[in-house]
Amino acid sequence: MADQPSVPQQKTVSLLRFADFAGGRILYRLSGFGRASIFVFRTLALLFKPPFQLNLLVRQLRLIGVDSLSVVLVSGIFTGMVLATQGYIQLSDLSAEGQIGRFVCVSLIKELGPMVTGFVLAGRIGASITAELGTMKVTEQIDALSVMGTDPVKYLVVPRFLACAYMLPILTVFSTFSGIAGGYVVAVYVFSMNGVFFMKQVQSYLYISSICISLIKATSFGMAIALVGCYKGFTISVAGGAEGVGKATTGSAVVSLMLILVLDVLLNHLLFTLLQLK
Amino acid sequence: MIQIKNLWKSFEGKEVLKGLDLHIPRGETLVIMGRSGCGKSLLLKLVTGLMQPDAGEILVDGEEISGLKFKELNQMRRKIGLLFQSAALFDSMTVEENVGFMLAQHTKLSRAEIREIVIEKLHLVDLDGTEHLRPAELSGGMRKRVGLARAIAFDPEVILYDEPTTGLDPVTCVEINRLIQSLHAKLEVTSVVVTHDMDSAFTVATRMAMIHSGKIVAFGHPNEMLENDDPILQQFILLGAPEQILNVSNPVLKEFILNLRED
Repeated sequence: MADQPSVPQQKTVSLLRFADFAGGRILYRLSGFGRASIFVFRTLALLFKPPFQLNLLVRQLRLIGVDSLSVVLVSGIFTGMVLATQGYIQLSDLSAEGQIGRFVCVSLIKELGPMVTGFVLAGRIGASITAELGTMKVTEQIDALSVMGTDPVKYLVVPRFLACAYMLPILTVFSTFSGIAGGYVVAVYVFSMNGVFFMKQVQSYLYISSICISLIKATSFGMAIALVGCYKGFTISVAGGAEGVGKATTGSAVVSLMLILVLDVLLNHLLFTLLQLK
Repeated sequence: MIQIKNLWKSFEGKEVLKGLDLHIPRGETLVIMGRSGCGKSLLLKLVTGLMQPDAGEILVDGEEISGLKFKELNQMRRKIGLLFQSAALFDSMTVEENVGFMLAQHTKLSRAEIREIVIEKLHLVDLDGTEHLRPAELSGGMRKRVGLARAIAFDPEVILYDEPTTGLDPVTCVEINRLIQSLHAKLEVTSVVVTHDMDSAFTVATRMAMIHSGKIVAFGHPNEMLENDDPILQQFILLGAPEQILNVSNPVLKEFILNLRED
């Protein structure tokens, strides 16, 4: 009969197996982070490298910006309406319902405008970018670009990155103002507030710094959505096929949404706490 | 034209290429045969720089490709046209945009000049009048031919074919084989055809190579391959053909298979 390992030996083997497993997972995560970092730096480096293909950028501006306008406007209006309803209920407890214009304006400009636009675009554009690039990867179209001497990152990622970075702030402006319009409708026509008073409050709390904060956040969210969408599409395993594309698309939307929340916290801390902007 | 020296490549610990050596002379049509997963398509990806070898050298026109910088590698790739197994056409573009893609990207030719070249290349692959169609509107054989027109659009010195007849009906297979032969004759290029379709292999090849266990186990003229008594090669040729024996158009191969079957 073969010698059975003693209890201490078995414990050592289990411990080594656990260390091997844990080490493998950590290395896998670290290498993934490294690959993603290289992808981001490569994209940023290629922004300034000619040739600049304006036709590709214009196409993405239309797909990402113009085609998303209606959904952004609708989501903005409803966000403003909900905000005004909840704001009125809460503020009336404090006998401060007259501040509803301020509440809607500040919440939308500094927080909900960029956030809601980011969420809508993460679902609509981020997922679509991953699905498109993922399908191109699985069907060897990205390899075909490389073989034909065209850098796929320059050709596919850079226009999408720039279009998201340009269009998110513009869409956020539309979303914010449609939200204020939605809030106005609820405040004036549901809660019978004075419309002129509502608009004067909006006007008096519409600081340039608030608009800048909104645009900085929106631009950051746009960059994050494009980079996550493209990276997820580029890193699909060819063997994964249609299922792999589906998983990557879901993953792209989830990671983008999480990243928007994390970025929002970090930017709030940086802009309001450290730089003390109003 | 292409020289491969002591090439090694593995995936997750599994060695696929184990010191492969191969010389592809200029102007030849080399057919590379081998079982599925033996590394035939991988070899094309290594030659085009889509993947990096673990060890070894690949020289294209005297240049070692793994030592090239990104820009130099892209320059070198313009000498090579690759027909993908799936054709890999850009499905958001028309046939004209697909075929003229490299010209639009890497030259300052006008749209009219590019269109003229596209029409000429489409004529070479017998697809006149299809410029405005999208890949989704094409049959499998037409997609391959558009892929081929795209591969030759930049007048490459080398054309690589990754399983050009896979998934096509016998008639279209014969058409593709004829096309490979006629392009080879008209364009005077070096061609590398990866296939396990024996009929196609013996129809188009001027040289043949067989990959087994990560190495080239047989290399030579098609007649030399038929005379080669390597059991792996003989088994591959015999087993590769029985189902298609009635469709085999190459008389030498047909006679050879019939003889083997009688034995």
